[in-house]
Amino acid sequence: MKNDLVLRVIGKLLIPFILLFAVYVQFHGDYGPGGGFQAGTIFAAGIVFYALIFGLDNARKVVPDRLVEAMLATGVLLYAGVGVAGLLLGGNYLDYFVLDSDPIHGQHRGIFWVEAGVAVTVCGVMLKIFYMFASRGERDRDVP
Amino acid sequence: MSELIEHFSYIVTIFLMVTGLYVVMARGNLIKKLVGLSVFQTSVYLLYIAPGKLIGGTAPILAPQYGAYSNPLPHVLILTAIVVGVATLALGLALAVRIREAYGSIEEDEIITLDHRGDDLRNQE
Amino acid sequence: MAFTVLVLARTRNLFGVVVLSGIYSFLMATVLIALDAVDVAMTEAAVGAGVSTVLMLGALHLCKSEEAKPAHRPWLPLALSTATAALLIYGALGLPDFADPNAPIHQHVAPRYLQNEIDVPNVVTAVLASFRGYDTLGETTVVFTAGAGIIALLRRRKGKRGSDEK
Repeated sequence: MKNDLVLRVIGKLLIPFILLFAVYVQFHGDYGPGGGFQAGTIFAAGIVFYALIFGLDNARKVVPDRLVEAMLATGVLLYAGVGVAGLLLGGNYLDYFVLDSDPIHGQHRGIFWVEAGVAVTVCGVMLKIFYMFASRGERDRDVP
Repeated sequence: MSELIEHFSYIVTIFLMVTGLYVVMARGNLIKKLVGLSVFQTSVYLLYIAPGKLIGGTAPILAPQYGAYSNPLPHVLILTAIVVGVATLALGLALAVRIREAYGSIEEDEIITLDHRGDDLRNQE
Repeated sequence: MAFTVLVLARTRNLFGVVVLSGIYSFLMATVLIALDAVDVAMTEAAVGAGVSTVLMLGALHLCKSEEAKPAHRPWLPLALSTATAALLIYGALGLPDFADPNAPIHQHVAPRYLQNEIDVPNVVTAVLASFRGYDTLGETTVVFTAGAGIIALLRRRKGKRGSDEK
């Protein structure tokens, strides 16, 4: 599939927009359909698309394994960290009202960071799963 | 008869659910079983989402011009369930791949036969 | 959709099964839009039709793609499935009618969620991240754990091959 001209051109054209759409879904989640889970999967799907067209090694250069593994943990820690931040500021665990002087604004801030954590974890997991399956396949082909 | 029409969504759900169940039970191939399991899972999505719908209601994104909304709670539950579902599906596939590497097959019957043969060999020793 | 599922159950070529399950996911996403669940439909389209199809193809690449003929006739599973279906339909007749505004699901906590206390128009996001923050924390942890499990299962050790059978 690597040498298919149509796929390469269309892929180059579309992938930036897929990634941009993922970011839009992430940050517009408060006002329209969207949020961390969707953004994470769409972002991961964009990278998977890239890997399918341009080969796994190129995708690994764009998003290295270390980064993906770090993303796995960072997301959950970010989410839990929002809870701890609520504790430190004198509220309950995962209490967003204390995150800002204005409670409504505090809620928005809490939701923002929580969604970011969700998106990072989901995207990391999806990419990691894909890398795992794909790289195993390629290595098996080398060692028949 | 009107009873059946009123409950049509439930009947569709049950049909999907039972088909998934049948595939899981009757097919020996592990990947086929996983597909059946995911069909079963989608039927559960439908089971949750369908009762939340209101006729004349709209998607739960608040705007002044609408008065009635669908129930947002099932949407939240299912949203997370889908993502968790694909993660667990991938875990199942990974297990299937490992089984294939260890046994050379992903057919349930062959695996059981191989297992028994291994047990017999061990008993002879 | 029902037709797709039936073909799905009968096809023996696993490649066909995977493609059909992708189609099935898209149809499911359409149904979900018709039921006003836009967020869910978006996730289903991205996850079900996109990511999981790719994953299944990846797994198929590692296994052989033809299913063996089942050794025994599937009468027992069929009978069991039919019995379950009959029981469930009998039970479903007692459930509230479709789109009945007086059903318990619309009376309990949903009205409070819809009051827009925290000024986030998309109620699904608000409930997901704020009202039910603990739930979502748990779900994120489950996703994380699944990812860690897959790493543990599929990572090769350096130097030798992962399996020590023969």
